[in-house]
Amino acid sequence: MNGIPFAHEKGVVLCHTCGYVCQEDAHECPRCESPVHKRKPNSITRTWAFLIAGLIFYIPANLMPVMYTSLLSNNSQNTIMSGVLEFLESGSWDIALLIFIASVVVPCIKFLVLGTLLITCQRRSRWAMRERSRLYRFIELIGYWSMLDVLVVALVAALVQFRGLSTIEPRIGILFFGLVVVMTMFAAMSFDPRLIWDAEVEDV
Amino acid sequence: MSDNALPPSSAPTRPEIKRRRIRLSLVWLVPIVAALVGLSMVVHDWMSVGPKITVSFLTAEGLEANKTQVKYKNVVIGTVTAITLSEDRTHIQATIELNNSAGPFTRADSQYWVVRPRIGAHGISGVDTLLSGAFIGADAGSSNDTAKDFVGLETPPPVTFGEKGKRFVLHTDDLGSLDIGSPVYYRRIQVGQVVSYDLSKDGKGVDIQIFINAPNDQYITTDTRFWNASGIDVTVGAAGLKVDTQSLTSIISGGIAFREPNYSPDAKAADENAEFTIFGDQQTALAPPDGEPRYIRMRFNQSLRGLVVNAPVDFLGVNIGRVVSVDLDYDPKTNTFPGVVGAVIYPKRLGAANDKLQQIAGGGTDDEKSARILGGFIASGLRAQVRNGNLLTGQLYIAMDFEPTAPKVAYNPKARPLEIPTVAGSFDKLQEQLQAFVDKLSKLPIDELVGNLNGSLSELQKTIKQVNGDVLPQMRGTLKQVQTTLTTANESLSEDSPARQQLGQAMDEVQRTARSVRVLTDFLSRHPEALIRGRTGDAAPGSYKAPSSSRAIDLEPQQ
Repeated sequence: MNGIPFAHEKGVVLCHTCGYVCQEDAHECPRCESPVHKRKPNSITRTWAFLIAGLIFYIPANLMPVMYTSLLSNNSQNTIMSGVLEFLESGSWDIALLIFIASVVVPCIKFLVLGTLLITCQRRSRWAMRERSRLYRFIELIGYWSMLDVLVVALVAALVQFRGLSTIEPRIGILFFGLVVVMTMFAAMSFDPRLIWDAEVEDV
Repeated sequence: MSDNALPPSSAPTRPEIKRRRIRLSLVWLVPIVAALVGLSMVVHDWMSVGPKITVSFLTAEGLEANKTQVKYKNVVIGTVTAITLSEDRTHIQATIELNNSAGPFTRADSQYWVVRPRIGAHGISGVDTLLSGAFIGADAGSSNDTAKDFVGLETPPPVTFGEKGKRFVLHTDDLGSLDIGSPVYYRRIQVGQVVSYDLSKDGKGVDIQIFINAPNDQYITTDTRFWNASGIDVTVGAAGLKVDTQSLTSIISGGIAFREPNYSPDAKAADENAEFTIFGDQQTALAPPDGEPRYIRMRFNQSLRGLVVNAPVDFLGVNIGRVVSVDLDYDPKTNTFPGVVGAVIYPKRLGAANDKLQQIAGGGTDDEKSARILGGFIASGLRAQVRNGNLLTGQLYIAMDFEPTAPKVAYNPKARPLEIPTVAGSFDKLQEQLQAFVDKLSKLPIDELVGNLNGSLSELQKTIKQVNGDVLPQMRGTLKQVQTTLTTANESLSEDSPARQQLGQAMDEVQRTARSVRVLTDFLSRHPEALIRGRTGDAAPGSYKAPSSSRAIDLEPQQ
């Protein structure tokens, strides 16, 4: 396109750790001895695997209660959605919106985006490549914030412990939710965004 | 090596790629483990999901979907998942998801009730639910059938399943003030309670189910008598006023008491669900069993005012039955209205006499025997009579006594009910006796008596005339004589009469004489020689000037 040759045309690969240009068939960087590969190994398979695992964990994370509150022996268990609805019914729509975005919208966006990226890369689609790589950067960015729910529950459960009066305890749902976040982060990490642009190369 | 999706350009790498595609990457273990975890949870959930039932209540007060728990002995066995109104809006339907282990709670006779704070005649319960909110109490049944729809109880059941004790069924005419939970007393100690009640199948009574707690259920024997201890029992009968009660609680909420008769030689512990009858009061309950009643009828030619149903029937002073009906009959021959009294008698109340009579009576059915026995009695003068039982209230009772003088009557042993001849009542009898007395009076020879009396009276008149003519004038003369004598006596005794004055003077003389004598004796006792020598000058007695006191004598030497 702009005349700069592709690495595979020259038969070289880049070391990701130190930026050294190695021979194509080298297994490790001659300079820093870190493993060298043309693309992230098994990227699509791994991403798929982590994505599916995350999806599977997402089901119990939503169905199981995440928090158990006991206030003056008035017990209740809340799942994520019931908590959102409870906040919404009690009038604090802002908090409800925050929780909804952090625990429902963000994971769903991740699943959708990663799924789209994987499918388009496998099909070698050349559709909206620049936007797709932008999407990937966005996914990496919001990944950090997905742990918000887990943190809130852990914090509240640690702070509110007044024996007879009121107690808040985490429930199994929050563990699955944490696993969902971890899985999606792994999936995002194991995806190689250069695969988006590989479709271009073939046709050139 | 590389595994990118680019189609390899060099021929030697192609087979390698194929091999790699066949070999599964280890990374797939992650979703497989995730799936396994998810699947195991699904299986666990599916296994732990117990039966789903619906329970209907009158109100959903205190119940909340997904929050209200179902508890048995305070262990959570399920949760209410939905509350809906019934189609006819008369009650609510609570859908309950029971735990896997709560299978026994789907038995058809399981019970569900809402535990709320309650204040009743029997105490306060469910206070802990004030803070925690209501929950549904459950009690598993014992039936072999299972059900999905239950009708919830509005009040907690008084007896939980598996509690030790026995249930019994009591028959009574009406429920009175009894209710579920009403206490059952044994010697005024509460040993059980009423569990349920319903109309008997023919609708002619009430079947009450009671539960007696464990150690005390042994006191229920085959001979135990139950009676209604509800409220205050005030009876005004031929025996007077009587007030009886069991306890304060039983006044408010009713109660049943039981006891065995003092003499019950072959009583055994009663079986579960044994049936008993509730008597009206303790006295009738503890009385010996009455046995089969016999119906009798009596006709009285008198007013039966004061004779009521349930009035006692006495036989030689023993209460053997009661009046069941008082009616009027019409007799066209005499144009009178005889009173027809129906009564039941219990031959067993005669005790030993009844046993002997039964032996003597010979064969035949009980009815025939009774008829024969009664026939014999009537022949020897058994008669019924209305008597006054209580002069204050004017209540009457029927007395049966032997009246040897009673006229013979025809007796039909085939008639049912047996008819017992009557004699007039006690007041009527009094009238008869008065009549007899008056008859006797009228037979007296009053005319003759009056003639004699007249003669005697004229004699008496003559005598009185004689007395007036002769005796009285003479009497008057005598009286006059007496009067003059008395006047004379009066005059001679009056204050200023000469006789009195002379008497006074005489008395003075006597007094003076006595004084002289005393002076003389004094002088002589001092100067006894004077008797011989005569009076000396210094020893002269000063008798004349001295006062009439003997002390003055001491003054004489100073003069």
